[in-house]
Amino acid sequence: MNKFEENLLAEIADIHGTPEGAYNIRVNGKAGGRASSANIEIVSKEDKPGIDIIIKPGTKNESVHIPVIISESGLKDLVYNDFYIGEDADVVIVAGCGIHNCGDQDSAHDGIHTFHVGRNAKVKYIEKHVGDSDASGGNIMNPQTICYLEEGAYLEMNTSQIRGINSTIRVTEGTLADNSTFIVQEKIMTTGEQFAKTDFNVKLNGRNSSTNVVSRSVARDNSRQEFISNIEGNNECSGHSECDAIIMDRAIVTAQPSLTAASVDASLIHEAAIGKIAGEQLVKLMTLGMTEEEAEEQIVNGFLK
Amino acid sequence: MLELRNISYQVEDNIEILKDINLTIGDGFTAITGPNGGGKSTLAKIVAGILTPTSGRIILDGEDITGLSITERARKGVSFAFQQPVRFKGLTVKDLLTIAAGKDTSINEACDILSSVGLCARDYINRELNSSLSGGELKRIEIAMIIARQTKLSIFDEPEAGIDLWSFNSLISVFENLHKKINGSIVIISHQERILKTADRIVVISGGVVEREGSRFEIYDDLINDTDPQICAKLKEEV
Repeated sequence: MNKFEENLLAEIADIHGTPEGAYNIRVNGKAGGRASSANIEIVSKEDKPGIDIIIKPGTKNESVHIPVIISESGLKDLVYNDFYIGEDADVVIVAGCGIHNCGDQDSAHDGIHTFHVGRNAKVKYIEKHVGDSDASGGNIMNPQTICYLEEGAYLEMNTSQIRGINSTIRVTEGTLADNSTFIVQEKIMTTGEQFAKTDFNVKLNGRNSSTNVVSRSVARDNSRQEFISNIEGNNECSGHSECDAIIMDRAIVTAQPSLTAASVDASLIHEAAIGKIAGEQLVKLMTLGMTEEEAEEQIVNGFLK
Repeated sequence: MLELRNISYQVEDNIEILKDINLTIGDGFTAITGPNGGGKSTLAKIVAGILTPTSGRIILDGEDITGLSITERARKGVSFAFQQPVRFKGLTVKDLLTIAAGKDTSINEACDILSSVGLCARDYINRELNSSLSGGELKRIEIAMIIARQTKLSIFDEPEAGIDLWSFNSLISVFENLHKKINGSIVIISHQERILKTADRIVVISGGVVEREGSRFEIYDDLINDTDPQICAKLKEEV
């Protein structure tokens, strides 16, 4: 890997040199390194591009890293990664994609991740997307995250995309069985002419299932954002979605949260707020000695932290 | 030393909020009191640079700061604790104490400051200043930020408001300790008798003018026994 690729790898997956534990690094659509561990097996798919990540039941305190790096301008990369997390496992999964585009053609990565989270398993899934561009070629990412949670399963997804992606459509789906929990925390910032759309669809099918979908975003310059979420409560369950957006400059933000209850015992709430940085917040930080520009950056960085 | 020379402030329809205020505030405690709507908070915001006076000059240690921005005044040594603290999603108590101090604040330093305003530091240091904090907690953190700054002029707008369970002795000792450290001017806008009793000087602002000013000994008894219904009723109600 060259220096750009190494830097992207460090930024999206905190990998410096050879990672510990199981990992699969994909560089420009090809294998860039792989290791399985005693409890986490990574195998290539036979019928399409991608891998299966099989985590044995009861695996505790282990992690798996599966970052993707693209540095060839014009590359269109499509990958299917399926995760099978065994019962009672407790693991951290780090994904993410970094694109460094030094040419004039668009580079794209479409990662379709499907999680099968076994009974009472606990997963923390971290996904970071970043892009850099030296020329006119755009960076495009369209990730799909499909999650099936069995009884008592817990999946926490922390996803961020705060730099350098020109266009993205992010689809996240969750289907929950009894007593399972699905938490999503999304951070997005768009600048320039960028476009970002996020589309969440969570089905609370199980008794006592719950979800909390929280999206914080900042839209700057001429960028556009769309936030769509739908939570279906099909049983005794609780669901909450929150879209909180800071709008700046000439940006456009759309928020469309929706709820569907098909059970009288479903408790569903959505919140959506779009607004500029409050003037009183800027003034407060200025009375502490910051310039208006420094205060604005501090507020944005804190909001997306 | 802060000098206010002929400060006036008008809003729409020529309504005068402040009328030709002349005031000199030296080192030590100055309490500004008077009825609600009298212009006290407006005057504080004018000193901090948040509002621009219609006319008049503001002199800080001999330098005319009237034309300076909020940021420039803050860097010259003006601190202002808001009457209604601001909430920030994502910024933690430690973030704000670090910004206030203008340097990286160690955990120990941040804990000392928070403890001094009656907060158990361990529970608060990493809390966001969002809606999970009560008004009283935010108020104490607002005061903590001014303590972290340690500037030569600190203005507190009704610091006692919203602080119910915290004894006023603690609040007053906070100001006394701050004064020992900065050896400068502390201005407290307040209706509280116990704060007025601690002040070196008391200024009464009513109807946009300085109605009276002087040492605590000159003003305090008059104020408490004042038969002027506009001032006295409010003060007694607050006390």
